[in-house]
Amino acid sequence: MSRLYPFHGGLKTVRHKTESNQQPIQRAALPRRLMVPLRQHIGAMAKPVVASGDQVLKGQMIGQADGYISAAIHAPTSGRVATVETRPVPHPSGLPDLCVVIDSDGEERWVERQPVDYRALHPSELRNILRNAGVVGLGGAAFPSAVKLNLSGHRERLETLILNGAECEPWITCDDRLMREQAAGIVAGLHVMVHLLEPREVLIGIEDDKPEAIAAMIEACAGTGYEVRPAPTRYPSGSVKQLVKLLTGKETPVEGLPIDVGVQCFNVATAYTVHRAVDHGEPVISRTVTVTGHVRQPGNFQALLGTPFAELVEQAGGYQEGVERLIMGGPMMGFALHSDEVPLTKAANCILAASAEELAPTQPVMPCIRCGACVDVCPANLLPQQLYWHARAKEFDKAQDYHLFSCIECGCCSTVCPSHIPLVQYYRYAKNEIWAQEKEKQKAELARQRHQARLERLEREKQEREAKLRQKAPARAARAESEGGGKLDIETAVARAKPHPDAANPAATRQQDA
Amino acid sequence: MIAAILVLSALAGVSGLLLGFAAIRFKVEGDPIVDKIDAILPQTQCGQCGYPGCRPYAEAIAAGEADINQCPPGGENGVVALADLLGRDPKPLNAEHGAVKPKMLAVIDEQNCIGCTLCIQACPVDAILGAAKHMHTVIASECTGCELCVAPCPVDCIDMIPIAQTITTWKWTYPSVTAKAAA
Repeated sequence: MSRLYPFHGGLKTVRHKTESNQQPIQRAALPRRLMVPLRQHIGAMAKPVVASGDQVLKGQMIGQADGYISAAIHAPTSGRVATVETRPVPHPSGLPDLCVVIDSDGEERWVERQPVDYRALHPSELRNILRNAGVVGLGGAAFPSAVKLNLSGHRERLETLILNGAECEPWITCDDRLMREQAAGIVAGLHVMVHLLEPREVLIGIEDDKPEAIAAMIEACAGTGYEVRPAPTRYPSGSVKQLVKLLTGKETPVEGLPIDVGVQCFNVATAYTVHRAVDHGEPVISRTVTVTGHVRQPGNFQALLGTPFAELVEQAGGYQEGVERLIMGGPMMGFALHSDEVPLTKAANCILAASAEELAPTQPVMPCIRCGACVDVCPANLLPQQLYWHARAKEFDKAQDYHLFSCIECGCCSTVCPSHIPLVQYYRYAKNEIWAQEKEKQKAELARQRHQARLERLEREKQEREAKLRQKAPARAARAESEGGGKLDIETAVARAKPHPDAANPAATRQQDA
Repeated sequence: MIAAILVLSALAGVSGLLLGFAAIRFKVEGDPIVDKIDAILPQTQCGQCGYPGCRPYAEAIAAGEADINQCPPGGENGVVALADLLGRDPKPLNAEHGAVKPKMLAVIDEQNCIGCTLCIQACPVDAILGAAKHMHTVIASECTGCELCVAPCPVDCIDMIPIAQTITTWKWTYPSVTAKAAA
């Protein structure tokens, strides 16, 4: 019997899964206008390869992966590119980012799709296909999968490949429905990953509040050797390091990655897009998204990337009364949106319309009483109250001594804090400040080097000038000698100043001047 | 008596040799405190402190000729870091050397540039590209926002513009606590 290795801390949260997981995934209507952000993944923004006025086909590449950690972006439907400009995107800042705006022609004409036989391909070719198909982690972080599917430089052999179907956050059910309905496709994608990584074992972690999904996945995995491991529902079991610990007992090192202990982890929806990309030649142009909370008919939608959130909410029956905030992601790790006119991205697994009921009531913040409740629930084994003191005092180096960057921002500490201190906000603030200072330092170092190089160049030029003068000095002296002294010197100078026979040609004089 | 003198002389001799060896083997090139001060300074190379660049200012601080509050681009945080390093009390920035401003970027109005190369000669980090009688332009990623190119321009075609915030430079702000009860 497979053993589980519970991680430290975590919470039993309210589930709110049944609101949206009772109906099958619906196909969202084709929007008239799609706004497709070129930065939908971690890493460098895709480089636009279309301009306004261009006709595009469904699945045609409109943004090219720019650098190793990057992914391509594709037209979700056929139509005309209206413009390529900055538009609001789902981001906690509410700031705009570069988008390709496409007016759909309603015909959904595909580009030529080329399914490939992955067994016949060299791993690097296969990774390139996935990169050009825009495959990124669909669990929320949107890290380019091709990078994670490359073991070279890390280790000889992968011990465990984990497929993450835990879906531990309340309200979200898109992976649950996908596993129920597309288990075969997920396993087909898993075959491709196994081909690339050659792991010793393959585990599929699913929280045990999804019995239908577990049953579907067990059936699809029959005869493959992949093992489905139901896990108790305990937030945040779907977080990478916690799931690795839960299923394998291995602790990921501080500031390290699961690959350091021989484990690699992918979301179930990512495996499904790998299957579509390889076996059907379809790039990532849509995803399953849960629209839930205070909407009239919560459910899951297979929607094109670039579809405005407002249209998805409309198809979920519209807002109920009393919605106070629109959240992308779950209530624990998601963020509030500034507007519902932002487009669906690869990272958007859930749109949660929250009313006062769903939002934790804003209570007055009280001083920390050092009760230690946050320490008990921290799944990363940190000391949240120490991090809080140092982040609050802006003592960033001390916060780093307490492993600030191991914090996964799961929100367990803020939830249990009896003084209602917004702990995670302090950690995010501190992390951002440290990153900004780091960037500043790099920029200063570059400026120092450039300034140094300039001073050296000026010095070198000065010396070269002097050396030239020194070289010329004896020659001048010798000429003066041979022409018989100072008087003649003056005469020759006068002769030189007289108009040259070539003087009719102004270009020649200018050249002499120079 | 003689034994004691001998032992002490031998000890002194050995110690002297050791010290002599250490002085050669572990010789410190330059002044390490200057490097530490220079590492804190923002490397804008703007000269607002009264010295021709960040390193000369660092040398002046180390020599006790300059105060630690003469660098507006470093801001209050810079003063605090210098005070920490040198074991002094932090003090407010000296207003004589200018005020703290948001980070700026020099932009050349290329329509009006006459190609005089004066700004190229003024730029302390070689961030301006161009040739005589040809249009110049600023390499934005290398510009430190020092403003030294603005004054020499004979046709006034260089503007300092604030660097706009984007998604990649945006930061979470310090949490605003709703109640005043927080200690």
